[in-house]
Amino acid sequence: MAATQEEIVAGLAEIVNEIAGIPVEDVQLDKSFTDDLDVDSLSMVEVVVAAEERFDVKIPDDDVKELKTVGDAADYIAKHQS
Amino acid sequence: MSKISPSKGAPYARIMGVGGYRPTRVVPNEVILETIDSSDEWIRSRSGIASRHWASPEETVAAMSIEAAGKAIADAGVTPEQIDAVIVSTVSHFKQTPAIATEIAHGIGAGKPAAFDISAGCAGFGYGLTLAKGMIVDGSAGHVLVIGVERLSDLTDLTDRATAFLFGDGAGAVVVGPAKEPMMGPTVWGSEGDKAQTIRQTEPWTAYRDGGRPEKFPAIAQEGQSVFRWAVFEMAKVAQQALDAAGIGPADLDVFIPHQANMRIIDSMVKTLKLPESVTVARDVETTGNTSAASIPLAMERLLATGKAKSGDTALVIGFGAGLVYAATVVTLP
Ligand SMILES: CC(C)(COP(=O)(O)OP(=O)(O)OC[C@H]1O[C@@H](n2cnc3c(N)ncnc32)[C@H](O)[C@@H]1OP(=O)(O)O)[C@@H](O)C(=O)NCCC(=O)NCCS
Repeated sequence: MAATQEEIVAGLAEIVNEIAGIPVEDVQLDKSFTDDLDVDSLSMVEVVVAAEERFDVKIPDDDVKELKTVGDAADYIAKHQS
Repeated sequence: MSKISPSKGAPYARIMGVGGYRPTRVVPNEVILETIDSSDEWIRSRSGIASRHWASPEETVAAMSIEAAGKAIADAGVTPEQIDAVIVSTVSHFKQTPAIATEIAHGIGAGKPAAFDISAGCAGFGYGLTLAKGMIVDGSAGHVLVIGVERLSDLTDLTDRATAFLFGDGAGAVVVGPAKEPMMGPTVWGSEGDKAQTIRQTEPWTAYRDGGRPEKFPAIAQEGQSVFRWAVFEMAKVAQQALDAAGIGPADLDVFIPHQANMRIIDSMVKTLKLPESVTVARDVETTGNTSAASIPLAMERLLATGKAKSGDTALVIGFGAGLVYAATVVTLP
């Protein structure tokens, strides 16, 4: 069953917490991964792969660059999850 | 059909000795910043690299190999005459023929060993190790010298922000010989040719013949993020398979020596493999950069020389890189 946006953001928050040590409550829709959450381009690759597993989506390398904010990632996952 | 006598080898093989050679010139990040728009902080945070060694014109592929091999032979307690085969893994020897292995074999005074080069990028050391093990057990060689050697500074585009800071030069060597018990586990190895373009030489040498001179000397280029993703996630699985194949759990492991490509890849693999704190992790990349085929034996030599690892320790080694290719195995350290 497809996850709701709320579930996706909560899931992303756990992933970002695990990878970059950012408190889950800081992971909000409008937050930029690199500027606000200390997720650099390589950590972002780790976030993306963890999200792929968790939400059963494929996020190709070329699309990763478009995912600037938590909201971008949540929308992408909502649109592409099977 | 006539009866052919079977070859008789040793029951098992082991690494008997290791040696390394690092070029004299140390190149800190400040030198890299002369040709790319970057910062010491960025290079350290994305790769963990602070400095690397670059070879002088005298520190040739053969010269560095002969130095490293001499140390490995002495460490193994054998003589050069006992070396029956020399396997050299390199992508940065610029003569197609003859193989550099024969010159190196001659240079160490080995007599008339079998000698040949292999090309398996950053997995070359593991590929060589696997061939050597087979030769010992098969009986076609009593002792095999396996060398990983690179002058990647010759294949680096110093104006390419994605690679200028990554590569270094050096040589690492081991002697593989007979053992009474298993001291080299099964190798998990393979290739993924569908990703051949992710790490590549920019131009073939024939570009110099056909249609005039390319603007720049050929260099190694790569899709950094794709390679990072593959290394971190696919290679952790391969490392786990090598542990499983050897019947080794994370708690039985003393040392982890991954190919020294990038500290971030190393950190991520340690996390994914859930290696306990007790496992010593090779982090030679900080002062050596990525030396491709040389990186694992160089890191192994340094861990042993500094007392961070000791003879008899159980080590997981994994190489991965251009091809894409990979090789992982569990070995007992010499
Ligand atoms: C090379 C590597 C460190 C590059 O890191 P990356 O995060 O993929 O870099 P990107 O090209 O995506 O760039 C990310 C950002 O850093 C910037 N950047 C790129 N190279 C830079 C450099 N040398 N200095 C400073 N900034 C740089 C980019 O402009 C980009 O900035 P932007 O987000 O504001 O546009 C990394 O991809 C890597 O190590 N991959 C594995 C490669 C490897 O080990 N290969 C050998 C395996 S055998």
